[in-house]
Amino acid sequence: MTELTKLTISEAREKLAQKDISSAELTESYIGAIEAANDSLNAYVALTFDQARTMAKASDERLAAGAGGALEGIPLGIKDLFCTKDVHSQACSHILDGFKPRYESAITANLWADGAVMLGKLNMDEFAMGSSNETSYYGSVTNPWRANGSDQPLVPGGSSGGSASAVAAQLCAGATATDTGGSIRQPAAFTGTVGIKPTYGRCSRWGVVAFASSLDQAGPITRSVRDSAIMLKSMASVDEKDTTSANIPVPDYEAAIGKSVKGMRIGIPAEYVVDDMPEEISALWEQGKAWLKDAGAEIVPISLPHTKYALPAYYIVAPAEASSNLARYDGVRYGLRVEGDDITDMYEKTRAAGFGDEVKRRVLIGTYVLSAGYYDAYYLRAQKVRTLIKRDFETVFADGVDAILTPATPSAAFAIGDETMTADPVKMYLNDIFTVTVNMAGLPGISVPAGINRDGLPLGLQVIGKAFDEETLFSVGEVLEQAAGRFSPKPWW
Amino acid sequence: MSVDTDTVKRVAQLARIAVSEEQVETMTGELNTILGFVEQLNEVNIDGVETMTSVLPMAAKQRKDVINDGGMPEDIVANAPLSEDHFFAVPKVVE
Repeated sequence: MTELTKLTISEAREKLAQKDISSAELTESYIGAIEAANDSLNAYVALTFDQARTMAKASDERLAAGAGGALEGIPLGIKDLFCTKDVHSQACSHILDGFKPRYESAITANLWADGAVMLGKLNMDEFAMGSSNETSYYGSVTNPWRANGSDQPLVPGGSSGGSASAVAAQLCAGATATDTGGSIRQPAAFTGTVGIKPTYGRCSRWGVVAFASSLDQAGPITRSVRDSAIMLKSMASVDEKDTTSANIPVPDYEAAIGKSVKGMRIGIPAEYVVDDMPEEISALWEQGKAWLKDAGAEIVPISLPHTKYALPAYYIVAPAEASSNLARYDGVRYGLRVEGDDITDMYEKTRAAGFGDEVKRRVLIGTYVLSAGYYDAYYLRAQKVRTLIKRDFETVFADGVDAILTPATPSAAFAIGDETMTADPVKMYLNDIFTVTVNMAGLPGISVPAGINRDGLPLGLQVIGKAFDEETLFSVGEVLEQAAGRFSPKPWW
Repeated sequence: MSVDTDTVKRVAQLARIAVSEEQVETMTGELNTILGFVEQLNEVNIDGVETMTSVLPMAAKQRKDVINDGGMPEDIVANAPLSEDHFFAVPKVVE
């Protein structure tokens, strides 16, 4: 960790523009930080330092010529779920062993076109299935935060655990991430970072390894709300190659930073008060309401009656789509192949060896709920429940609510290898109880660090907005950040 | 609804994942925990509710029916575990 790696994207952008620093210097600082920390944190699974140095040099030339892009010279980490040309892109799965795509994802192409520098590929739960980053083929990621007086390693959350850990530990200025049920917002909350899942269709899914296509959406994890606005502006685009990419121009999200929230109506959903909610989470939520009220917003109680059904419906819809998407990993076109007696035997052995336990569980659940005789009882019912969940949100927004404030997670970060979570898959799934509704309804949600608990660990609040109204989330998020401050872990690594 | 070991074996076969007897036992328990959890959806009244097909209202995109990509066989087979003359090679399937 050096002075340069402490800079936010907006601060670094300023210094680069002023020629106070060069991208080459900034990039070397991050390379040094990664070399010193990665053995402890395991945030990166592939390092692309040669490429980073080449990109930084080109950025410095463009900056010197006054032709810098929106992210010119800013070093970023990329989640392993994104295809990056000729670079390790394996969704942290064994089944994609050796896969180096011959093409670039739309999002990373956008980032490079804006001048960003790639430091490497970030660890994640295998195929983005997990809430602790413990399902990665490349091993767990360690959270740079530790409880006061403890050296017990904690999870960074998941599935974008490598992204969150790397951003919090200052191993990149910002990172790409993806969110199918909470995979950006939960790790952001666990690491004291900012994460936004934009509206479904805002960022192109082209070149992002598919998990559940109707829920997957990419977004950034950063150290400030402003940085998220800057990064999302570059990541988002209208893309011909993604049929679900929305044909709506990308606004200047940074312009929403600092905009007053006076007179805004902020909804507080009764259904998010869950049984056995820890005192510290309720207190954080109260604090968030007070901050927004102080800033002139009106706090209004609302009801989203189908909230409790979002997680069970998700665990039908997401595995169903995953079982279909993951059918392509068969040992023929890419990645791992385990030879067998005949082609079926080859498929079965390849998939048995290539997928981890959590992925297998979800593929089997998905195959079961889509199988003959069960489709109506499970999948069709879940998709109808999803309509009801979405309708709940539409009703409150139609009633004049501008955004909704909730906790981001039901707890702070837990220990790696937590016994209750490993013994019961559903316990792990409950981590996404406050975030998953947003994916089911296709809406944008931002997680902003809002405080530190008694043990010294960060906690986050979530703001949910209307479709394609990310700007309100940035305005409200900035008010929370200004009130709460920003949080950094004390380096021990 | 719950599944027994035979169902799990059949589903694993449909999903083309080889499983050992021991794994089937463990998976049956885990799958039943998940299926037990999703059971609560039966409480919801879904009469007359439309099935979600698109999370946001968007018209399906159309493009001209023309060839707009291709001519890159090397790239297509570049990551194949086994290929010959720009073909993916698999174990013999026709006797």
